[in-house]
Amino acid sequence: MPKIYVANRQIVRPGDLLAEGEDVKGGDYTYRVGNKIYASILGLANVDDGVVSIIPLEGMNVPKEGDVVIGLITSVGITNWIVDIRGPYKAILNANEALESFNPITDDLRKYLDVGDYIIAKIIVFDRTRNPLLTIKGKGLGKITEGKVIDVKPSRVPRIIGKRKAMLNILIEQTKCTIIVGQNGRIWIRCPNEELEDILVRAIRKIEAEAHIPGLTERVKRFIEEEKRRLGIA
Amino acid sequence: MEKPVLIREDGLRHDGRRPDELRPIRMEVGMLKNADGSALVQFGKTKVIAAVYGPREIHPKHLTLPDRALIRCRYHMAPFSTSERKSPAPSRREIELSKVIREALEATIFTEYFPRTTIDVFIEVLQADGGTRTTGLTAASLAVADAGIPMRDLVAAVAIGKVDGVLVLDIDEVEDEFGEADMPVAMMPSLDKIVLLQLNGVLTREEFREALELAKKGIMEIYRLQKEALTKKYLMYPEE
Amino acid sequence: MSLTPTSQPVMPRLKRNTLISLLKKGNRIDGRAPEDYRPITIQLNPIPKAEGSALVKIGDTMVMTGVKTEIGEPFRDRPFEGVLQVHAEYVPLASPSFEPGPPDENAIEAARIIDRCLREPKAVKLDELVIIPGRKVWIIFNDIYLIDHDGNVVDAGALATMAALNMTKLPKIVGIEGDNVIIDRSVRETPLPLSLNVVTVTLAKIGDYIIVDPNLDEELIADARLTMGFDSLGRIVGMQKMGMSGFTRSELDYAIDLAFKKAKELHELLEKVLKNPETASKPIV
Repeated sequence: MPKIYVANRQIVRPGDLLAEGEDVKGGDYTYRVGNKIYASILGLANVDDGVVSIIPLEGMNVPKEGDVVIGLITSVGITNWIVDIRGPYKAILNANEALESFNPITDDLRKYLDVGDYIIAKIIVFDRTRNPLLTIKGKGLGKITEGKVIDVKPSRVPRIIGKRKAMLNILIEQTKCTIIVGQNGRIWIRCPNEELEDILVRAIRKIEAEAHIPGLTERVKRFIEEEKRRLGIA
Repeated sequence: MEKPVLIREDGLRHDGRRPDELRPIRMEVGMLKNADGSALVQFGKTKVIAAVYGPREIHPKHLTLPDRALIRCRYHMAPFSTSERKSPAPSRREIELSKVIREALEATIFTEYFPRTTIDVFIEVLQADGGTRTTGLTAASLAVADAGIPMRDLVAAVAIGKVDGVLVLDIDEVEDEFGEADMPVAMMPSLDKIVLLQLNGVLTREEFREALELAKKGIMEIYRLQKEALTKKYLMYPEE
Repeated sequence: MSLTPTSQPVMPRLKRNTLISLLKKGNRIDGRAPEDYRPITIQLNPIPKAEGSALVKIGDTMVMTGVKTEIGEPFRDRPFEGVLQVHAEYVPLASPSFEPGPPDENAIEAARIIDRCLREPKAVKLDELVIIPGRKVWIIFNDIYLIDHDGNVVDAGALATMAALNMTKLPKIVGIEGDNVIIDRSVRETPLPLSLNVVTVTLAKIGDYIIVDPNLDEELIADARLTMGFDSLGRIVGMQKMGMSGFTRSELDYAIDLAFKKAKELHELLEKVLKNPETASKPIV
């Protein structure tokens, strides 16, 4: 019978003993020494069906194939762009993943995307032996030309989206803004006016600060309602 | 300066501490805006700040390793940290200490999760009063945890000394300068592994065993404080 | 040899556009007015072991200055003066773009600007730092440590330096044997002789707009910057234009008037803190 020493949502630190036993299973951000399972990161313990894993409270986002990310072009080559996606690795966007047809001899990539442009992209390949590869071909992907991009801690992204998008839906309904959340901790927003944009940004910062405290969805809903009331907007 | 009395007649040390007593300790985590992880640790008057950047790609690419992250570690003393002003250029001592600290961190960080990247650890001693490398390593491991880099355990470190024949825990500058031995020790306490060990001085084998026991005792307390420091900011609840 | 900077962080176009359109409306990205400084906190004597020290935060920029005093030889052409040395280190802790190594041109420039602003009006009374004329004098080492970079390091560094110098007390001289001066560092009695205070005010020009105390983002898109040193008597004690563009004459006139106004505010802040040092003893970090 495995002994589990932590409760669900308990804060754990690297080196904390989580569980012990022959058939105990450890998930993300845990490691095993003999019969003991330890935490390898600062985070919240997640005890589910006899498996203990950790949800990180800090740290970089490790890219996964299929992730939608918001990237920043940092350099332009002859056949590709180098993109900062806020992780350990710079990503690469090849010309053929952005343009229909491309001739390296006559086309200058800077005409399409230049240093300093934001893009909504999808990770198509990442396997740690080389840098992540991106595409902007696809629905909802491409260059960002308006609105605002804010950076949040990548570990907060799941909370900003919420279970079955509960939190994200509240943000969209209450502020009437368009919101795209990149898995890499970048969020693009486009709001009907400055006041709503300001409220949305502050609501997101609130989620960032209180992500580990239960009851957040309700609190955020009330926060936005109160702010709108205070500023006299619907 | 002539040698002061290191162990008083009442058995206490020159600053009033018992032989097995740590100096007052203060730890703060995450105070820098730019760094991915940061920590400030103070043991008595020794004050050290550590910052971590990474994992990140650096150039030139050919210096990286294909199967793991590189660790770059710099232990450095501010010119105003010591009694006499220290020149900012790296000294041989700083170079040696950068190496032993890096090696201690190599034992704990899961570098294999981030091939071809670099994890940068920068340690700055702001005020030096003995035990700067152990304070620095204690701060560095907190900064790595604050950066969310996976690691096996926090590293807690302390220096044991022998002064006037008595083994003492957490030596300060005076005890380091005038004592007979100085032994910095660092451990990953959960795994009971020693990841830094040096001796400057003379000890019998029995004294060494005792010194290690004393170090372990101090390290467990330091480890407890590290864990508190990491979770401090998450234990504040908003008003409902 | 100086090289065009290549490793600067990339400024997103969207952010640059927002910054400029806000400026057109008289606002800045952090809500400040064009003439506002960010919140400034000063901690006195964070490093009691040093003869003097201060930690200054302007917004998120954090700079610590430590003052160490040594006995040494005067410059040969100035035998009746002590020596003041000002150095700056932009340690790699402070920014993802800093590499370990000797100070780069930005750190050296900052140190030399602050040095000149102190030296020209004789803020430190070097002639009162002589022990044996021509042979032994006090050497005052002023080391400026940038710990967290969010723009306008010079103003933070100058403020930290001035506060640290005000807190500096010289170690007691316990004996002079021939050429040998013996000091006891554990006893500090004499305050460092200062004649006045100096502060610097840095402005940035972005298009047609001039702003005070640029943060890092504003510095990155600024066309040019101007730092001016003012002493407590209101005189200009140093000037430095930085950046790869220029100011017009009328912009310069406007800038000097604005800087003079802000310098008075900084002097008042500094004096208030020095008069009530207990209010500035809580650790900032």
